[in-house]
Amino acid sequence: MILTNIDSVPGRTIVRHYGLVQGSTIRAKHVGKDFVAGLKNIVGGELTAYTELLQESRAEATNRMIAQARELGANAVINVRFTTSSVAQGASEILSYGTAVLVE
Amino acid sequence: MHWLELSLQIGLPIALIALGLFAGSYTERAHYARIRERERRFLGTPAISSKHLDPDMRVGEAEMATGSVVISIDYFKRFVSAFRMLFGGEVHSYSSLIDRARREAILRMKESHPDADLFINTRLETSTISNAAGQSAVGTIEVLAYGTAIKLERARQPSTR
Repeated sequence: MILTNIDSVPGRTIVRHYGLVQGSTIRAKHVGKDFVAGLKNIVGGELTAYTELLQESRAEATNRMIAQARELGANAVINVRFTTSSVAQGASEILSYGTAVLVE
Repeated sequence: MHWLELSLQIGLPIALIALGLFAGSYTERAHYARIRERERRFLGTPAISSKHLDPDMRVGEAEMATGSVVISIDYFKRFVSAFRMLFGGEVHSYSSLIDRARREAILRMKESHPDADLFINTRLETSTISNAAGQSAVGTIEVLAYGTAIKLERARQPSTR
């Protein structure tokens, strides 16, 4: 599966469009990790636990999008976009979407 | 024991602010030094926001690249910015937070594809992270940088114009 965030796959020709595919996940934080992050808030800097959590969820959302594209018979997803929104205190939704296409 | 209670109530925030001031400025300086050093290393692989390549360039491989970071400001800066909110104007303590996060995210995107020649259509997305403890979300942000990593074909040199 080829992923790009531009409207083509450079070096390949698109032969068919399958339309929008998407994948999303909602993740909550671990209470312990949240507590540690709270302490880290005092001195500032990177909150590694959150970075990892969001990276994992983004990978999960992307995998779901890829699964949907594969089901349609596509071999590439172009114009991929990511959005993040917090749905509740301590939980955030990550959405990944793009256009499924068939390339030569 | 009124004095004990009083000193705890006043002393604790002051201790936290002092800790934030010293530890926070130290980590920020160390982070900026790291960012500058890595940015120098990646000078040859630019991340551009344009979607289109020079037509002379022959693309060998294209793949999506992402990089993200969650970063938080220290207690001292949070305290200073609370004062700033009273009078208005630019909040400098927050500018450095966001600047650090963006540059770090772009660097991580570049580091995920070390053999790429350039990154096109680079997008930056910023979101605030809410805290389960119920504190205000201000002060912790996530920045995601994503783009398409382009590896050029080496066989043909781009013509000189």
